[in-house]
Amino acid sequence: MARAPKSLSEARATYTTNAELAWWVFMRISGLMLIFLVFAHLWFNNIAIDAATIDYDYVAQRLAQPGVKIFDTFLLAFAMLHGVNGLRYSVEDYVRKPGRRFWTKVVLYAVAGVVFVLGTMTLWAFSYEEMGAAVRALN
Amino acid sequence: MDTVRITVKIKRFDPEADARPYWAEYPVEARPTDRVLDVLNHIKWEVDGSLSYRKSCAHGICGSDAMLIDGVNRLACKLLVRDVGEIIRVEPIRGLQVIKDLIVDMEPFFDSYKAVLPYFINDDPEPARERLQSPEDREIFDATTKCILCAACTTSCPVFWTNERYIGPAAIVNAHRFIFDSRDQGTAQRFAGALGEANGLWRCRTAYNCTEACPRDIPVTRAIQEVKREMLWRSA
Repeated sequence: MARAPKSLSEARATYTTNAELAWWVFMRISGLMLIFLVFAHLWFNNIAIDAATIDYDYVAQRLAQPGVKIFDTFLLAFAMLHGVNGLRYSVEDYVRKPGRRFWTKVVLYAVAGVVFVLGTMTLWAFSYEEMGAAVRALN
Repeated sequence: MDTVRITVKIKRFDPEADARPYWAEYPVEARPTDRVLDVLNHIKWEVDGSLSYRKSCAHGICGSDAMLIDGVNRLACKLLVRDVGEIIRVEPIRGLQVIKDLIVDMEPFFDSYKAVLPYFINDDPEPARERLQSPEDREIFDATTKCILCAACTTSCPVFWTNERYIGPAAIVNAHRFIFDSRDQGTAQRFAGALGEANGLWRCRTAYNCTEACPRDIPVTRAIQEVKREMLWRSA
């Protein structure tokens, strides 16, 4: 807008930053990465093996491999950042009232943060030796 | 040529008399080759003189009569009755405040236009004759020189509908015209100003409505993407 800001909220709307440029670039790169990551994920879990034969032991065995952990961490991180940033765009475009917009974003980031931490913990704190052995003992 | 019976439904609103906008219906005779503007003129001149709308050149070049006709932003002077049908629905363009009937307050639109510095900036001493430019360099921004500032693109943009502070496609198109001019030196100034703001260039979500709405066939979305890339390369 051409006129000078008259309030703090107006000033906030007219600040200049490169952050949006960086996010725009990130959305394009992560979008391309996700095509590869998601299809590789589908291949490994649905085509490379019969989905009906997947059991706890198989999952435990896979998650014992560092390569799988790194792959899944990338998938999780890119999917969450790409998806949450897309939702942020929608919130900023369609939630008009500043207060409601702020709290919608707080809830969005909190839920995304919990999901990301839980997912990362599941991937990296998972012990094949302990859990796999326990399951085998049950069988 | 034979005339046909058509019904024109116009969304009318007089803030001094009406609590809210209402649809007024006008059954009229029109030739299929009449333009929608001719039909509106007929209604205003012969049926109801209180109907208000903007028009000037009536030949698709002044950009005064952009309206939402059958759900699409069009110039009333470029659209023929036969291309719409027997019922023509005419509304004011969206996202700008209605002053009366089909007339909206264009000031926010022009504020955004002015904010991108839509003029030639070059501080070098003026050469004895004109500043030369090759036909190839001129071709780069040829499409965006065609803008007539009718606001059809900006008022078709879903981001603009919900956020009237978004600078809008028309302003970016007019920035494009100078950013890609080989003789212009104002690009850094434009990027540091309105285009780089939170409601500037990066608010565009690539919905493509603007490209479909443009009565001058400017590839608006592509022009916006070119400006985004230029800003990216310059900040890299």
